[in-house]
Amino acid sequence: MRDRDHAKPAIVVEELRKNYGRNKGAKAALDGLDLTVGYGTVHAVLGPNGAGKTTLVRILTTLLRHDGGRAEVAGCDVLGQPDEVRRRIGLLGQHAAVDEELSGRQNLEMFGRLFHLGARRAGERAEELLARFGLADTGRKAVGKYSGGMRRRLDLAAALVLAPRILFLDEPTTGLDPRGRTEVWQAVRSLVDGGTTVLLTTQYLEEADQLADRISMVDGGRVVAEGTADELKSATGGDRLDVVLRDAAQLGAAAGMLGFLPAVVAAGGAVAVAADERRLSAPVADRMAALTEVVRVLDGAGIEAADIAVRRPTLDEVFLHLTGPEGRKDADTVAADEEGAAV
Amino acid sequence: MTGVMWAVTDSWTMTRRGLAHWARRPGQVVVGLVFPVMMLVMFAYFLGGGMAVPGGGDYKEYLLPGMFALTMAFGLESTMVAVTQDLGKGVIDRFRSMPMASSAVLVGRSVLDMLQSALSLLVMIGAGLAMGWRWHGGTGQALGAVGLLLLLRFAMLWIGIYLGLVAGRPEMVQAAQILVWPVGFLSNAFVWAGSMPGWLGAVAEWNPLSATAGAVRELFGNPPVTGGSWASGHAGMLAVVWPVLLLAVFFPLAVRRYGRMGR
Repeated sequence: MRDRDHAKPAIVVEELRKNYGRNKGAKAALDGLDLTVGYGTVHAVLGPNGAGKTTLVRILTTLLRHDGGRAEVAGCDVLGQPDEVRRRIGLLGQHAAVDEELSGRQNLEMFGRLFHLGARRAGERAEELLARFGLADTGRKAVGKYSGGMRRRLDLAAALVLAPRILFLDEPTTGLDPRGRTEVWQAVRSLVDGGTTVLLTTQYLEEADQLADRISMVDGGRVVAEGTADELKSATGGDRLDVVLRDAAQLGAAAGMLGFLPAVVAAGGAVAVAADERRLSAPVADRMAALTEVVRVLDGAGIEAADIAVRRPTLDEVFLHLTGPEGRKDADTVAADEEGAAV
Repeated sequence: MTGVMWAVTDSWTMTRRGLAHWARRPGQVVVGLVFPVMMLVMFAYFLGGGMAVPGGGDYKEYLLPGMFALTMAFGLESTMVAVTQDLGKGVIDRFRSMPMASSAVLVGRSVLDMLQSALSLLVMIGAGLAMGWRWHGGTGQALGAVGLLLLLRFAMLWIGIYLGLVAGRPEMVQAAQILVWPVGFLSNAFVWAGSMPGWLGAVAEWNPLSATAGAVRELFGNPPVTGGSWASGHAGMLAVVWPVLLLAVFFPLAVRRYGRMGR
């Protein structure tokens, strides 16, 4: 299915607001959320429980009406042209959206008929999808008796009956064991290779890191940071140099030397000492320069290192930094903030 | 195809879904069909011995049309349970995120429940015949009686859908059950309204259930014990007017409510 205008992004969300309940004092589920997702990309919406992720997905998939702002999917307004939107999307919700009393085949056939494929084509499509997701031999077994991973795969297959251009995955791997999670990840990757646009929500930083081209971190119904995983990591104090010494007695001397390395000075010059781990840690401005400088200086002083590494902050650190009590306060000025909250 | 054609196609797909559920649990379907027969036997043989029909005659002749009508009216409850259970399921989210006719979920439910009720009525008529009940009019009149019963069921069905949508949760159905029983019994289904205290009897005579029961008794040629009130004298007309009126109110309410689920 072709979309009208590929110059437009696949998803545009502006100042989106949603309040549950009638009283005005109630906390907003979405509080002016902005988001743009380009065609053919994977965009992760990352946030804790209650951040508004599911509300966002339900609005974009026409299940819920928003109170303010604008939301367009595939160039169609979700309030004004819900049927146009529905023709172009697939949804994998947080809870399995399949009929538990029917078999996988019956489910997919039913969805195919409801997408107006016609009885024969619906049957063929069901077979294709069952084979593709490794469910071909489930026979008449009711979905209620499937394992969690199987149910999730069937759910994903159901979302793909029409080969949608844009796929919404709301916490696709929550509650799955590692094997089930890997299965879902593989399925998502193969879809993306086929050109499908994916918006996925997740609480797992690793998942966002693994799957997404861009990440929006949300908290309290707003986007607190957006960018590629690398950009977000850089925004939180940049790279850090870790040095582990063989001899704890040399920690003091080594810390002094590190503090004067140009790469460390440029990043503020603060060196943290973790004596029980014989570890020195400092933010650095230039990762390659830092590595060569530290090797040369330590070597010249005859200090033996057990390990030297430059690492990026993990997304966990970024996330804690942005959504922790401190982060909330200055979320807008995150790029200027040099000292990571979690080290 | 036009929008209406798709709505019909989608509704049929939803009906097929319900039939597939039946195929999965035939036991439950059988229990649903046997339960009204059990009620019939209880009232006819456990309580019926103590009943004397004014002007004489077999209580079973009086009871059966009443039981038919009561079973149709109690269908409200099963529809409501089915709707609340269905709405709690994740699959409804998928239906609502698909470009299908939004009425199809409800219409599919109504077709399925009508099928169940028609089947149930057939079983009850068979059981009645086995117990010695007979209709004395022509086949056309008997079919007319069945039509009126199904019309009542259809009206109750849409009340059930609306209440199910409003209640939202299966737990809330209990509240409706508490109401359905007195409304069912405050009628001429088991006893003639004349045997109740005056004002209660008047309410019972105006009960839609009494109108259908009274009209069906006439059409089957079973003894219609009329209280002499206007309502009991015009049972045939009221048996059409009441359901149509209820449908006119609850059908649009239910469809609107379903459409507004996302707000």
